Amino acid sequence: MTGEKEHRGIRHWIHSGKGQKIIVVVLFMLVPMLLLFTFTYLPFAEMIKFSFYRMKYIGVREWVGLQNYIDVFKRNDCFGALKNSLYYMGGALVQLVLSLYLATILSFKVKGGNAFKGLIFFPFLVNGIALGFIFKFFYTRGFVLDTILHFVGFKLDNLPYWLKDQRINNISLVFTSVWKYCGQNMVLFIGAIMSVDGEMYEAARLDGASRFQQFLYIILPNIKTIVVLNVILSITGSISAFEPAYVIGGPGTATYFVVMDKVAHVSQKVGLASAMAVVLLIIILFTTMLQKLFFKYLFGDADLDDKTYAEKRRERSLVRYRRFHRHDN
Amino acid sequence: MTIEKKISGFVITVAKYFSLLFFSFWSVVPVASCVVTAFKTDKEYEQTKVLDMPASWLNFGNFKQAWHQADMGLGFRNTCIILFFVLIGSIMTGSMLAYVLSRFKFPGNSLIRTLFLFAALLPGVAMQVSTYQIMYNLHFINHLYGYIIMMMGTDVISIYIFIQFFENISQSLDESAIIDGASYFTVFFKILLPLLKPAIITVLVLKGVGTYNEYYAANLYLQNKAILRTVSTSLYAFVGPLGSQYNLICAGVLMSILPALLVFILCQKQVYGGMTMGSVKG
Repeated sequence: MTGEKEHRGIRHWIHSGKGQKIIVVVLFMLVPMLLLFTFTYLPFAEMIKFSFYRMKYIGVREWVGLQNYIDVFKRNDCFGALKNSLYYMGGALVQLVLSLYLATILSFKVKGGNAFKGLIFFPFLVNGIALGFIFKFFYTRGFVLDTILHFVGFKLDNLPYWLKDQRINNISLVFTSVWKYCGQNMVLFIGAIMSVDGEMYEAARLDGASRFQQFLYIILPNIKTIVVLNVILSITGSISAFEPAYVIGGPGTATYFVVMDKVAHVSQKVGLASAMAVVLLIIILFTTMLQKLFFKYLFGDADLDDKTYAEKRRERSLVRYRRFHRHDN
Repeated sequence: MTIEKKISGFVITVAKYFSLLFFSFWSVVPVASCVVTAFKTDKEYEQTKVLDMPASWLNFGNFKQAWHQADMGLGFRNTCIILFFVLIGSIMTGSMLAYVLSRFKFPGNSLIRTLFLFAALLPGVAMQVSTYQIMYNLHFINHLYGYIIMMMGTDVISIYIFIQFFENISQSLDESAIIDGASYFTVFFKILLPLLKPAIITVLVLKGVGTYNEYYAANLYLQNKAILRTVSTSLYAFVGPLGSQYNLICAGVLMSILPALLVFILCQKQVYGGMTMGSVKG
């Protein structure tokens, strides 16, 4: 008897608003949370655990304490590879300036603006392996780049081997990354610039501000948040640079991640690779925090990360919502 | 307007178009040189200069040969299967999660948001070191379904696009439906999901291009390339013995780029929009 009563109770609970809410919340989040756990946080925990073992993917594991971490700092190929990141940081800076410049031009009326935007953006859609082949071809001695440079007056003998010469090959690789991501950055900045109130430009123009002044005093302050975010992302990105060195490569170009990939999947030193990953993660988190502090100090903008766009928007819509309801009553 | 101003305006205009042309040129040249090369016969390729035009723009021989040699038909078949399931899966899980996170207040809501944001900070390649072990234990390696489930994983960008969209749909819409006696399921599937269409298209395009272009995990987890190659990993066929046969390679490369390019040309607005929406979150 009581069983039936309980049963009815459960049924009632299911159909009540609160019960349904809980069911929906649990049911809808089950799969995404499971995926998040399995493919992000479980590997994350495993990675930390692995870093204390000498192990392969299959077979016995031997606890070695901090030995893997000591090796990361001792081995030349591991930590030494981080200096290649400096090239990528330089590239990120060039990319930032270039994409801001192009975005500023394309945010205003330009003949064929859409076509230019499309042309500069489309490299972003080229897959990594294809990018590798395209640029191996592009840089080969006497091929595309050399032909163009020859056409504008350079002598072939004075040109370096773009992918072999260790004085230049890292720069060649970084260029491929700028090639791929510059347009994407530009599109992002165009979006930000477009969202600035158009009347401000109009007012500035009427006041006789030059284009450079308009950029400095109106555009830049208004898209500060996204520029700063981009700087942070691109510096973190340079530390973990991977694609060009992986798909094109060349002597002395291996970045930290390329070394890690080899250590993990070719030599199968999973423990060492995990330690490398942990070290890099700490570096990334540390630099991210440092940069955030730096930019907060620089702009005195405590708002920067505490309030994301979404939150601001939510606030705004909340205000709108309240206004609406007050009106209703 | 003074003459000085006119001159400076003219100079600025020239500089503007010059920079646009210059950078567009560099964007196009690496791929354009591939197009030129892909139409050359073996003999032409050896005898002509790289940027000389091919004798015939109708010489599709390289495309045919590259298609067979890299077994790109199989690659396209597998990629289609992967795309179909990954896209449906991530759109369903992403929109459901976003619905719960943006419409329900419950303890842990902001914690879950933070968990997803932090996940985006972890660099993908580094995570694959230990993910490989998990994939191995789950018997997910060398199975399309394993790769599909992994790719469905956590895509913070699409989740945020959905959350942003939900925040722009008035909550009074759900509330009035609930008052009328609709269940939360009805509200989600019948009312909100159809309204979400623009966001879904944006995510489709973004995630679609991303999945189509993915090569690192595909190479790692779909090792049996004889049957499990994707479009991007099929290009590995050109590494090694064919390493310098660029007229063939270029043809293969172009065929692999073409679908992404078509999607971009057809859905420019969604691609740009998604870029902007997604990246604000980083």
